[in-house]
Amino acid sequence: MSDPLDDMYREVILDHYRSPRGKKPIKKKDIESEGKNPSCGDEIEMELDMDNGKVKDVHVNCHGCAISVASGSMLAEYIKGKSLDEVKKISEVVKKMLKGEVDNLPEDLGDLDALKGVRNFPVRIKCALLAWMTLIEGVKNYEKGKNHPKASISTEDKEKE
Amino acid sequence: MQAKLNNKEIIVKDNKDVLDINQIKADFPILNQPINNHRLVYLDNAATTQKPKSVIDAQNEFYLTINANIHRGLHTLAEKATNAYEKTREHVAQFIGGVKTEEIIFTNGTTEAINMVAYTWGEKNINEGDEIVITEMEHHANLVPWVMLAKKKKALLKRIPVTPSGYLDLSNIDKIITSKTKLLAVTHMSNVLGTINPIAELAQLAHDKGAIILGDGAQAVPHLPVDVKELGVDFYAFSAHKMLGPTGVGVLYGKKELLETMPPFNMGGEMIDTVTFDNITWAELPHKFEAGTPNIAGVVAFDETLHYLEKIGMENIRQHEITLLDYALKQLTQIDGLEIQGPLEVTNRGGAISFTDPKIHPHDISTFLDSRGIAIRAGHHCAQPLMKILQKVATARASLYIYNDRNDIDALVEALKKMRKYFGV
Ligand SMILES: Cc1ncc(COP(=O)(O)O)c(C=O)c1O
Repeated sequence: MSDPLDDMYREVILDHYRSPRGKKPIKKKDIESEGKNPSCGDEIEMELDMDNGKVKDVHVNCHGCAISVASGSMLAEYIKGKSLDEVKKISEVVKKMLKGEVDNLPEDLGDLDALKGVRNFPVRIKCALLAWMTLIEGVKNYEKGKNHPKASISTEDKEKE
Repeated sequence: MQAKLNNKEIIVKDNKDVLDINQIKADFPILNQPINNHRLVYLDNAATTQKPKSVIDAQNEFYLTINANIHRGLHTLAEKATNAYEKTREHVAQFIGGVKTEEIIFTNGTTEAINMVAYTWGEKNINEGDEIVITEMEHHANLVPWVMLAKKKKALLKRIPVTPSGYLDLSNIDKIITSKTKLLAVTHMSNVLGTINPIAELAQLAHDKGAIILGDGAQAVPHLPVDVKELGVDFYAFSAHKMLGPTGVGVLYGKKELLETMPPFNMGGEMIDTVTFDNITWAELPHKFEAGTPNIAGVVAFDETLHYLEKIGMENIRQHEITLLDYALKQLTQIDGLEIQGPLEVTNRGGAISFTDPKIHPHDISTFLDSRGIAIRAGHHCAQPLMKILQKVATARASLYIYNDRNDIDALVEALKKMRKYFGV
């Protein structure tokens, strides 16, 4: 009998959780953002090194549950080398998918597809969303060009969702 | 009372259960169902408890046969409903040590009871420069109202620290409770650490300085024999739903002399004596504090709840929990790396066991256990300041009650061991 838990904790997710990508700190920080999920205490810090409109390097530091750590790790892996437009697009798509506003991720997005299983565990969706919301807020700030101050979100903030 | 509970009287029995748990389990229909294809192991009793069939029946019976509003009708049902409601009040007064019935105010829970004191007694008696003392282990219900009141009145909020082993640190208490202290608000039993606090001793300290003391009994009344007169508290609050009773029913006990001097909390029907457009005189105690239509059915069913607890006996319940807690702590401390919060001395604590795993987040623990039919709580347990002191963002918490037995603990321990393998950490 298959374990219903495996739908959320897929092997890919557990792999990212056990050895998260993007752990190495970076020097040049063009985008800086932090996020927290007050109801469970998950916290994430994210920095992006931008070069020629592309993500040259990412640092993600996440303290939290397996889902939030894995989601942040997949994010780091996926956005490296992508253009700002691609980053914006993918983060909105993942957000919509997690919130159930779209059924499937449009293209083959590699590991990211594994996040789908989280939708069957409604109380855990916020955990998966955390990294992506943090990224969206960071990019927003960067585009405003306000001398890139550190962006900050909470999954409880309705207006920022 | 406190000293007795802490030292003699209670002995940890090694094997035999003091209660017939199988018989007790049978009284709780909800426990007899599979959750995620496993036997339900309910260990979230500090959040809320399950209800025995007799309590559910009592509530149904009220709606089926005597439903009417109380204190206002002159017809037969109104009188029956009023009598049933007031009978519970008498029962509660007896249950917590034989106080006067007018000292028992029904609220919708502990939170409302504490807010009632903050907004009535607190508004009237706390002034600029006064001091309110709380502890670092308070639930937000006994924290936020005092933070807000202190802010509003420019009073000083002081706190009694918690030691690393989970006890109140009373070594500097003379500096904390002073002649400026007006109120000491302290939990009788911590919902995170399980610690049973020395309320009687603290009441003495407060009274010596001319202050009053409020006890948050939300976790204590369900699990210990409580006598508010022996404790010496001026106010004491608890919730029916944490002691096998219905949700939406709580109790504020207050000393008559204090309640009499306090303005009402909610304004409306039932709490007045005479009303004109210019002048209003308040009703007698306790009705002054019970404006509007209360949770009549819930209060009536709470009477049956108290009968149920008395039939088993609060001493026996305490004894059972100590025995089970002793077993649980022995098993859990054997799991390598598992960190348990709060005192390890079973006679000084209740059955709320908070723990963390060095590698696995409490939410993952909770989701994993749930998939095995085991209900626990994960999070900050409405005690964020305490979490900060413990240096945890969250903990997992298993909490015991009368229907739990060794099989439940074994299921928990077994699942925790499998969990590590599952996550591969
Ligand atoms: C120690 C303590 N105080 C107060 C409360 C609040 O009780 P209620 O939610 O029933 O008002 C709780 C319950 O969560 C508690 O554990």
